[in-house]
Amino acid sequence: MNPRAVWAIYKMEMARAFRTVLQSIVSPVISTSLYFVVFGSAIGSRITEIDGISYGAFIVPGLIMLSLLTQSISNASFAIYFPKFVGSIYELLSAPVSYLEIIIAYVGGAATKSIILGLIILGTASLFVPLTIEHPFWMLSFLVLTAVTFSLFGFIIGIWAKSFEQLQLVPLLIITPLTFLGGSFYSIDMLPGTWRTVTLFNPVLYLVSGFRWSFYGKSDVSIGISLGMTVVFLLICIAIVAWIFRTGYRLRN
Amino acid sequence: MPSIISISGVTKTYATGFKALKEINLDIERGEIFALLGPNGAGKTTLISIVCGIVNRSSGTVSVDGHDISRDYRAARSLIGLVPQELTIDAFESVWATVNYSRGLFGKPANHAFVEKVLRDLSLWDKKDAKAITLSGGMKRRLMIAKALSHEPRVLFLDEPTAGVDVELRQDMWAMVRRLREDGVTIILTTHYIEEAEAMADRVGVINRGEIVLVEDKVQLMRTLGRKRLLLELRSPLATIPETLSRYALELSPDGDRLTYTYDNQSERPGVASLLRDLETAGVQFRDIDTQNSSLEEIFVNLVRKGA
Repeated sequence: MNPRAVWAIYKMEMARAFRTVLQSIVSPVISTSLYFVVFGSAIGSRITEIDGISYGAFIVPGLIMLSLLTQSISNASFAIYFPKFVGSIYELLSAPVSYLEIIIAYVGGAATKSIILGLIILGTASLFVPLTIEHPFWMLSFLVLTAVTFSLFGFIIGIWAKSFEQLQLVPLLIITPLTFLGGSFYSIDMLPGTWRTVTLFNPVLYLVSGFRWSFYGKSDVSIGISLGMTVVFLLICIAIVAWIFRTGYRLRN
Repeated sequence: MPSIISISGVTKTYATGFKALKEINLDIERGEIFALLGPNGAGKTTLISIVCGIVNRSSGTVSVDGHDISRDYRAARSLIGLVPQELTIDAFESVWATVNYSRGLFGKPANHAFVEKVLRDLSLWDKKDAKAITLSGGMKRRLMIAKALSHEPRVLFLDEPTAGVDVELRQDMWAMVRRLREDGVTIILTTHYIEEAEAMADRVGVINRGEIVLVEDKVQLMRTLGRKRLLLELRSPLATIPETLSRYALELSPDGDRLTYTYDNQSERPGVASLLRDLETAGVQFRDIDTQNSSLEEIFVNLVRKGA
């Protein structure tokens, strides 16, 4: 093991976040507040309650998930894409570090940032609506598991991407629609039958549902399935990363 | 003592089908300065990248100080410092942060005194808090070298280190290379400035179209392949070269003042001693005499042209 290298990369990644504190922290906080104003106040005044939870409080877990997913992906994909783009990745590739160490450092850095962000959004939200967290352990577990999984997914995108356009493509065309349609802002019970079935194929539903359960003890799908699906997605990402590193795909060719 | 780098049967075929390296066998001796010469696209950078672990080889084996670069990559890579050709640095990091990062990346414990020494040796200490993006091209190059030296490598690769570098930095750099060599660091450099290879290197390897065309001790190389020129400044100008000297294929300068005789150690052409005797017999008198060795550049151009 080369723990010093892991620490060096992790520290560098965290330093990058603090250098761009406006972009990393402030902008998600502002956009979350805007969601509250638009969804919470404007729409919430008409919906009032879902499953006995006020609409404003209902959307908090979904909003955190939304930021967690997009930020994990963009943090991790950018962290590995940028050195590839400017060429400074030569140093990482020539260093005595294993693939596992590279992953731990980069994914760890990206996940840490989005977890901090998630907690900040949680704090911001508590200023707008009264919040209860029934299962704090599971809340944190979902937070960490999701941050790690999607940072890993972002890492894969960063390695795959050959241009900044491709780097934006997956988050924009796949992740954003999936999060909006994954029950962040509504319960899937509110959907007509066919759409309800379609939504069950959306992996984000399980994340949001499980996360919301940890807050209010109520969920669209059972907590076991939520957890299971999250772990399955994590395993898929791990498998892809293992393949990338075994073949040197887009890194050492 | 076994060689510090041993490359055997290494090939590289890119996904496009381009064969960048064909069956490379090369041994680098411990503590030497080895110059790898070759035209653009010959495979120099690909070869270096394979040894450093940046590019996967298609076949063959490479070992660094006895450590296989795949099976025992940690030991192999921690011995190597690389200064690549392109100026590629994380633009937003400070000099101090990025050099310490490099040291950590290679698994060395933090040592601020050592990093300070490296920065001072490269005249970068004043810039330690500057962001890389604000540095001039020459300063960026120094920073790349500082990063490569930060983890105290035993083998240093310099890929075209002096391309686009001013005279002062170039001299600093060669002074640094000499110091490193005195500390026992092995240095492998690629360069287009052949006079530098000539001045610095112990051995020279020529690579062309993915093949090692020649590896030779530099002095030996210049001796065996080098042509010599004998220049004779004549006392009085000649209109034509006398018949009796025709077998020497002499060249007469346009003003008739100077005769040039080109010869090499392998040729069948008669030697200098007999030429001088025959000149005297023919009554040609000269006031000065000079010999010139051909440069590595000429040798290189000849070799590469032959391979084309």
